[in-house]
Amino acid sequence: MVPAALEEIVEDFRLSPREMRLQLLLDYSRSVPALPERYADNHEALERVAECQTPIFVAVEVADDRVHLFFDAPVEAPTTRGFAGILAAGLDGASVGEVLSTSPDFALSMGLGELVSPLRLRGMSAILARIKRQVVMRTGTSLGA
Amino acid sequence: MTTKWLEDHANDPQLVIAESDEDVLLYDTGHIPGAVKIDWHADLNDPVTRDYVDAEAFARLMSAKGITRDTTIVFYGDTFNWWAAYALWVCSLFGHADVRLLDGGRQRWTAEGRRMTTEVPSPSPTVYPVVVRDDRSIRAFKDDVLAHLGTGPLVDVRSPAEYSGELTHMADYPQEGALRGGHIPTAKNVPWRRAANDDGTFRAVDELRAIYLDELGIRAGDDVIAYCRIGERSSHTWFVLTHLLGLPNVRNYDGSWVEWGNAVRVPIERPGYPAPSAG
Repeated sequence: MVPAALEEIVEDFRLSPREMRLQLLLDYSRSVPALPERYADNHEALERVAECQTPIFVAVEVADDRVHLFFDAPVEAPTTRGFAGILAAGLDGASVGEVLSTSPDFALSMGLGELVSPLRLRGMSAILARIKRQVVMRTGTSLGA
Repeated sequence: MTTKWLEDHANDPQLVIAESDEDVLLYDTGHIPGAVKIDWHADLNDPVTRDYVDAEAFARLMSAKGITRDTTIVFYGDTFNWWAAYALWVCSLFGHADVRLLDGGRQRWTAEGRRMTTEVPSPSPTVYPVVVRDDRSIRAFKDDVLAHLGTGPLVDVRSPAEYSGELTHMADYPQEGALRGGHIPTAKNVPWRRAANDDGTFRAVDELRAIYLDELGIRAGDDVIAYCRIGERSSHTWFVLTHLLGLPNVRNYDGSWVEWGNAVRVPIERPGYPAPSAG
């Protein structure tokens, strides 16, 4: 299961010619929303995704069953930032159930493996795993799918 | 090569600047004018087998990047030139003679405010010979490492926590995983980072000598093998030992911990556990 917004992004990548896919990822790296002040001033509230070779931090908030995501990733790491941008555009505002049932396999069907390497691509699944864990922590639900 | 030297020689027709990064998009956000991109994974690795590209594919790549057999290739990249050193090492497997690293890499170039561009060069294809890779001189395989145990220095360039085996046990998260933690018996831990200054440049040669020759006890004729997790950080150390200290017999074990820590029945040393038996 993948929420509609994320599914649309996956399709965009999948249908783009090979050369365009990296450009698209670069666009997403530029689209990561800036951290709101409450996180920019309080960096400890963000969780580091240790599985990414470059440092990326994520915070999750849940309000009225909607999940909101906040990312901090250095500009010197555009690929990781691109992953953050995809997850922000695809999952922010989704319901708790939708986020928890998002299959990490979505990353595999974007045609990025051959371009960025499967190793780097794993970073995206790792970010998703951290997001789900935080959602579970914040809502007391159990990790379904 | 210093950043100043590279800026002065950037228009030398014998020279090609190549950027190799951990982050595959970084080149596209801006690079040294004239530099071509050589991606460690997409360009230098075989897409199926865990190995480097073959002679034909390497020749095609060099040709496409405007490199001849006589070209001076100056590599640079992000994260302390790890991947630049890796790409340089792979070119050395194919016997490309004149390969150099930009001291301090991308970090220093940008810190000094030197010019960057997003303009991608389109070099005219060259004729690059098809040269068979030499996998004996500077590359070690698992069996070579097994045969090496007890006969010469083995350098584990990972962080102390990886060396001691603490780090492979992070719960339930995907990573460049190994099923077992620890290190190869007889390996001494000298994290790659000790060879570098904070600005990304290499430490002075006498400081490097003190670390690897005096402290670790490597002697000039020694057969040395270096490894890390997937072979990129050990390329950094391989460069230091081979090109900065001039040691003639240094090999990089590119299979590294991702292979060793997953292999069946190879000996592993782990602090707090009994020493491995020979059989």
